[in-house]
Amino acid sequence: MNIHEYQGKQVLKAYGVAVPNGKVAYTVEEAVEAAKSLGSPVTVVKAQIHAGGRGKAGGVKVAKNLDEVRAYAQEILGKVLVTHQTGPEGKEVKRLLIEEGCDIRKEYYIGVVVDRDTGRVVLMASEEGGTEIEEVAAATPEKIFKEVVDPVLGLQVFQARKLAYAINIPNELINKAVQFMQALYTAFVEKDCSIAEINPLVVTGDGNVMALDAKLNFDSNALFRHKDIMELRDLDEENEKEIEASKYDLSYIALDGNIGCMVNGAGLAMATMDIIKYYGGDPANFLDVGGGATTEKVTEAFKIILSDEQVKGIFVNIFGGIMRCDVIADGVVEAAKQLGLTRPLVVRLEGTNVELGKKILAESGLNIVAADSMADGAQKIVSLVK
Amino acid sequence: MSILVDKNTKVITQGITGKTALFHAKGALDYGTQMVGGTSPGKGGSQVEISLENGQTVSLPVFNTVEEAKAATGATASVIYVPPAFAADSILEAIDAGLELVICITEGIPVLDMVKVARYLEGKDTVLIGPNCPGVITPGECKIGIMPGYIHTPGHVGVVSRSGTLTYEAVHQLTTRGIGQSSAVGIGGDPVKGSEFIDILSKFNDDPNTYAVIMIGEIGGTAEEEAAEWIRDNMTKPVVGFIGGVTAPPGKRMGHAGAIISGGKGTAKEKIAKLEECGIKVAPTPSEMGSTLVSVLEERGILNKCTTH
Repeated sequence: MNIHEYQGKQVLKAYGVAVPNGKVAYTVEEAVEAAKSLGSPVTVVKAQIHAGGRGKAGGVKVAKNLDEVRAYAQEILGKVLVTHQTGPEGKEVKRLLIEEGCDIRKEYYIGVVVDRDTGRVVLMASEEGGTEIEEVAAATPEKIFKEVVDPVLGLQVFQARKLAYAINIPNELINKAVQFMQALYTAFVEKDCSIAEINPLVVTGDGNVMALDAKLNFDSNALFRHKDIMELRDLDEENEKEIEASKYDLSYIALDGNIGCMVNGAGLAMATMDIIKYYGGDPANFLDVGGGATTEKVTEAFKIILSDEQVKGIFVNIFGGIMRCDVIADGVVEAAKQLGLTRPLVVRLEGTNVELGKKILAESGLNIVAADSMADGAQKIVSLVK
Repeated sequence: MSILVDKNTKVITQGITGKTALFHAKGALDYGTQMVGGTSPGKGGSQVEISLENGQTVSLPVFNTVEEAKAATGATASVIYVPPAFAADSILEAIDAGLELVICITEGIPVLDMVKVARYLEGKDTVLIGPNCPGVITPGECKIGIMPGYIHTPGHVGVVSRSGTLTYEAVHQLTTRGIGQSSAVGIGGDPVKGSEFIDILSKFNDDPNTYAVIMIGEIGGTAEEEAAEWIRDNMTKPVVGFIGGVTAPPGKRMGHAGAIISGGKGTAKEKIAKLEECGIKVAPTPSEMGSTLVSVLEERGILNKCTTH
């Protein structure tokens, strides 16, 4: 789960990570009030959306007085920002972070991730702050330094110090940088983050080490033990159909194509998208109904797929293991009856109770095209939507 | 011969009094697995009655701890169906008790819990499979997990996969072509897990009953690339591959916690290129995993040896 920058900074601040003073604003008036109460000579007006690249898209402005704060807030609130992470449709700005400006001496990068290769938390640091770390990693990988953390010991002082020296933090600020990294690591572990990125980390003219930006991502599997973090979820930033699917414990991801897919199992669901593409079609979604789907769940999954107007046809691909084919067939028939089936539907069933499942579909009187294999089904649905 | 489990493997189910655990304990017993007991803290000393498909009823002893269960039953393996919030603790308990094999089916364990498990596992002899996996089966001998047993046939092709349903798909394609399987192992879809591809491939390489292997990977991480290099340098048996997620958009988690392209890394394209570069034939579609293996077996002149029925 993602949260906004201002929320991330609040979470980090509670762990002793230094961040600039700032306030969230939903309206122009709130923005001006926030700037007034901060009382800093320079104020930064920052668009709050769940995507990077805001600065380049015109979502971050530096205001020298309250009139400028008002003008920039007016300009940015309601604006649709298109960045390399939002997709071409962009994201509408509904919240602003009004923050005191600071005297930046130099920008750095600090990131914390769970590294799959070592199975451990890794701290990454670079002197190349402010730019996309992927670009740094591609062009100059030698400029990224890493420390692998033993989960029993936690991030040790010497490790943080090594990183601080490696990225050339000024000598007199090494200890502050170490404290910063240790606080960041503690926040990461205690809040079950999956990514914590501080880009840039800045060293200021008045001798501070602080997080000028903060991107925190949380492990959705661990949210059950972080009610406070769950409250930070912003549904405006998520896809409507994905929110609807999550209510029924369905794993759904919207895509751009016109063939709706309903599959059991994440691997098979991904492979189903692939095989549709292989035969010249375009999947409209990833949808895993899971191993224990009920008739109700299948019906809800169908509703979500059909609510996408781009969908011209549906491919149901089920390999019943624990999931019985007759349950799926019942669900498909029930959904088709409830919702009316005007678009082509191809069903491939295999596995437990497959004969019973096929019989239910055949006797339903619905216009359902049966497929013998994944390849057969994919080819049939691709030709039907053409 | 086979890998990890056979007809002599004695298994306990951790969290056996739960509905899912009982359902699959029955499935294992129906298949002929030596399921010898289970744990459920607070219910030690009781029994669970399981009615089998053949009309018999099996009564399994329940223990409070894995240590007691192991001592009383002689089990060497456990399977875990404990809910995600408590599953890591169950894995640690099984490792601590010194079980040889621990298979964790549970999906949705917090990744930082698995970081601790991985750390505790270092230097221990326990083999952990999963979490978030379908389990392990040696056809005709032992089934531990949630896979449908009847699609499998005893034979000589090993299957190792990050995905449950794609494992079934591959096994089904093999069985319908008359090719049996030595063992099928689902290593699971989480980013931090017990066994990786190489751990399982090396066991298949050492197993005289396995003549060829299907490896099924997906987007995210670099385990497939590392496995490809390992195969090129060490594997004496033919391996064919399949990688899911060619069409997966970057930055989106495709169901499995570990199936995500992040920072442009872990794409299916890169993985397929690496596999092919290492001499591993990759099935172009998931429908062709079986036929791709058959073509390789023919090339190597071992199709007859692998045809079991």
